[in-house]
Amino acid sequence: MTDKKANVICRCEEIEIDEIRKWIDAGYTNFEELKRILRVGMGPCQGRGCRDIILREISKSTGKPVAELLPGVIRPPVKPVKAKLLAEDNE
Amino acid sequence: MKKMIETDLLVVGGGAAGLCAAAEAAGAGAKVTVIESDLHPGGQLVKQTHKFFGSKDEYAGTRGYKIAGILLDEISSLGDKVDIRTNTTVTGYYPEEGIFTAMKGEEEYYRIKAKKTVVATGAQERLIPFPNNDLPGVYGAGAVQTLMNVYGVVPGKKVLMVGAGNIGLIVSYQLRQAGVEIAAVVEAMPKIGGYWVHAAKIRRLGIPILLRHTIVEAVGDKVIEGAVIQELDDKFQLIGEPRKIDCDVICMAVGLTPTTELFWQAGAKMQYCPQLCGHVPFRDNTMRTSNPDIWVAGDASGIEEASAAMVEGRIAGHSAAKSLGLNVKEESFKEYWTRLDHLRAGEVGEKIRGGICQVLVDGWEA
Repeated sequence: MTDKKANVICRCEEIEIDEIRKWIDAGYTNFEELKRILRVGMGPCQGRGCRDIILREISKSTGKPVAELLPGVIRPPVKPVKAKLLAEDNE
Repeated sequence: MKKMIETDLLVVGGGAAGLCAAAEAAGAGAKVTVIESDLHPGGQLVKQTHKFFGSKDEYAGTRGYKIAGILLDEISSLGDKVDIRTNTTVTGYYPEEGIFTAMKGEEEYYRIKAKKTVVATGAQERLIPFPNNDLPGVYGAGAVQTLMNVYGVVPGKKVLMVGAGNIGLIVSYQLRQAGVEIAAVVEAMPKIGGYWVHAAKIRRLGIPILLRHTIVEAVGDKVIEGAVIQELDDKFQLIGEPRKIDCDVICMAVGLTPTTELFWQAGAKMQYCPQLCGHVPFRDNTMRTSNPDIWVAGDASGIEEASAAMVEGRIAGHSAAKSLGLNVKEESFKEYWTRLDHLRAGEVGEKIRGGICQVLVDGWEA
């Protein structure tokens, strides 16, 4: 067993659970704030992998049920689109 | 060039629910476009090598992948009413213009203008955090099923299955059928979540199902070489001694959550509902969301089974066709609800009924 074991929550941006918990403890208790400070949910999967786990972590820390937490703003596109395609589309 | 296609009914997702919605609406005369992100239509059905339960109306006794074929046959019997576009993802909805965008592969990008839309985007897999979860060899159960049952590739030699719901149990059995050893199935809850018949099948093969156990850590340097598991008490706190299990694959089957991005973008009224496993749109009994042009069907409306997804697809397709001004058989609507109620009856349907009553509305104000 090696020294540091990764526990990756946002695989797209490689953000680990310790980092997320640190910011939740510092008062960043909604998904949108964590997204801005850590880039969680801003990679190719747009939060499909991490949102669920992060909301549960916020819930554990704040005692608020997940139903009362805001899941963050979900904008298009839902997966990466090459800038080339968008440029061609606009010609 | 701003490329745009137009259609009566857009169906997002060509799985169990989406194909049924498309068949139903096209049967009533609608021009339907189905957008499917995978290379072939059928969704999760194409991976299901086991025979379905439920009801004869929803093909009980037939293997899942064959059901996908039956639905596609029904669709092709309707002539050229349904245009199924595979390898294509709906990438967004822009409510100001009422336009969807779609991307084929990574090469083609266009807009879709639809009079009505059924969003049947299905679900995504949940994960739980544990140290070393980034090592190669940690899989979602859906990925394992795709590898084995669609592409004929086994994921490894010896698997620790995390989760004893239906997916965990069925995939364990299928792994064994493919000659892969199952070290154990661990389940955090004090009871098996899936059907007894699936659990019994793997117990008969001598596979241990360890209730009140969880994975605490993956072991390995460059790849998975094992996993540490431990017992849980009633409050899900770790008790007892951690135990190392030898395996080269850790398969996560800890549940699904509805895929709902398009509903958020469409401004549909949403609610987090634990029984339905995530945020889901409110809907009336025709599966119409608070956005009057958008319907929901299948796992996107709450995690349930393929049988229920297919009936929900029928209901949504029926209602969308009706709102397009097409002649639909009024009695079908009632029949579909009878089937749904039947699938959700009894003790097994208790959780889903409890979830749905939180998000079902009497009707939307015009």
